[in-house]
Amino acid sequence: MTDLLKNILRCCLFIFVQVFLLTEIPPLHRYVSPHLYYLFILWLPFRTPRIALLFIAFFYGLVIDAFLHTPGLHAAACTLIAYVRPFIIAVLLPKEVGESGYPEPSYKSMGIIPYVTYIMLLTFFHHFYLILLEWLQLGGFLLFIGKVLASSGVSLLLVLITELVFSRKSNYRTNMA
Amino acid sequence: MRNILLFISRYSHLVVLLFLQGLSLHLLFRYNRFHEAVFSNGFNELTGKVREGYSGIETFFSLRRENDLLREENAHLRNQLKEDYAWPDSSNKLMNDTLRIDTMVQYRKFVYMPSRVIGNTLNSERNHIMLHRGLKQGVQVGMAVTSPSGVLGTVIGVSDNMSVVMSLLHAQTRIVAVLRRGGGYGEVSWDGVDPRYVQLTKIPRTTEVKKGDTVVTSQYSDKYPPGQLVGFVEHISEDPQSGTFNLVLRTAVDFRNVHHAYVIRNLQQGEMDALLNSIKEPND
Repeated sequence: MTDLLKNILRCCLFIFVQVFLLTEIPPLHRYVSPHLYYLFILWLPFRTPRIALLFIAFFYGLVIDAFLHTPGLHAAACTLIAYVRPFIIAVLLPKEVGESGYPEPSYKSMGIIPYVTYIMLLTFFHHFYLILLEWLQLGGFLLFIGKVLASSGVSLLLVLITELVFSRKSNYRTNMA
Repeated sequence: MRNILLFISRYSHLVVLLFLQGLSLHLLFRYNRFHEAVFSNGFNELTGKVREGYSGIETFFSLRRENDLLREENAHLRNQLKEDYAWPDSSNKLMNDTLRIDTMVQYRKFVYMPSRVIGNTLNSERNHIMLHRGLKQGVQVGMAVTSPSGVLGTVIGVSDNMSVVMSLLHAQTRIVAVLRRGGGYGEVSWDGVDPRYVQLTKIPRTTEVKKGDTVVTSQYSDKYPPGQLVGFVEHISEDPQSGTFNLVLRTAVDFRNVHHAYVIRNLQQGEMDALLNSIKEPND
């Protein structure tokens, strides 16, 4: 399967899970709003050009927004993490990303500790910005902090489950292939 | 000039980021006005199609419960038919009937239009319900929406075949409601905490309220027919500043199971609006 086809399928699947499962389940608590959809952006190939990354993230977020009737909210959060992503990868991976044979971020390609840091940082950025924008319109400060922490925690748990269930077989690419 | 171009090319990513952020924030904070123009028409039609397909599968599992509810409502309505009431003729002199049964149509105020619910959120502070009925089927922005068991919300966006309803569970919901027994008027809103409970405020303290009292829509509303169920009083507290009651209501509708709705059209709305507009003019 080519990378393009794989990512298109993945995109549809993430949208489906976010829109029809995660927002449909009755809320656990008012602080908890689970998100998983942004993992799509975290899993995009290393070699995606940065401008393309920003536009993909924007339109991806806009599709989520169209389903949830929140124009611009998720699009804003997505473009933010798409912008920050290359910096974090550059800091965590000292080697030039093109040289490592793996196509996309995973615990195999980056090593467990850098990958966990990568996921946690971007999860936090995503939730912080998303909930900040929500909070600007209504709510109190305690609600804001509590919601960021609780939602990030639950989302990280969902990411962990996703990682365990779908072990991505990213084969090591060599010049021979 | 060269320096500006150099600057832009060096920080092109940042420029794109700022542009996209600006665009999304503009969309977000212009929500109410923008929503109707672009989001409603293009996107609703698209997401409505997807949601409709999915809800087809989803409703299958609750068919039995839904049937029971509708049967109950049918029975309730059948019991109000004229044929159910019979009485011996007792009149013994000729009277002119003043009630013009044949021209009843012109007195009709509300028309109920049934619709399938194809989308419903509960998780955010601003919940929406999506209906598979739109402009072409007679829905307009501002119409009231109820379900067989009670009030659902108000239409805020319409496209050709779909419409988006601001659910009762929306931070901006304001509906005038009245206690059926005590008769005090208040305003229904939602604080965004628990989807099972809504708040009823501004009830005058002179009103007699008891736990379990029924709250219905008032006859002053131009959208809702009077007497539509809103909820039942669950908790009573007093607002010390304004000296009014703040009530917590259990919603009559189970918002986790909403599959059928009625969009309600007020046939006399036009005349009402025209009258209100005509009395405003002399003051201007």
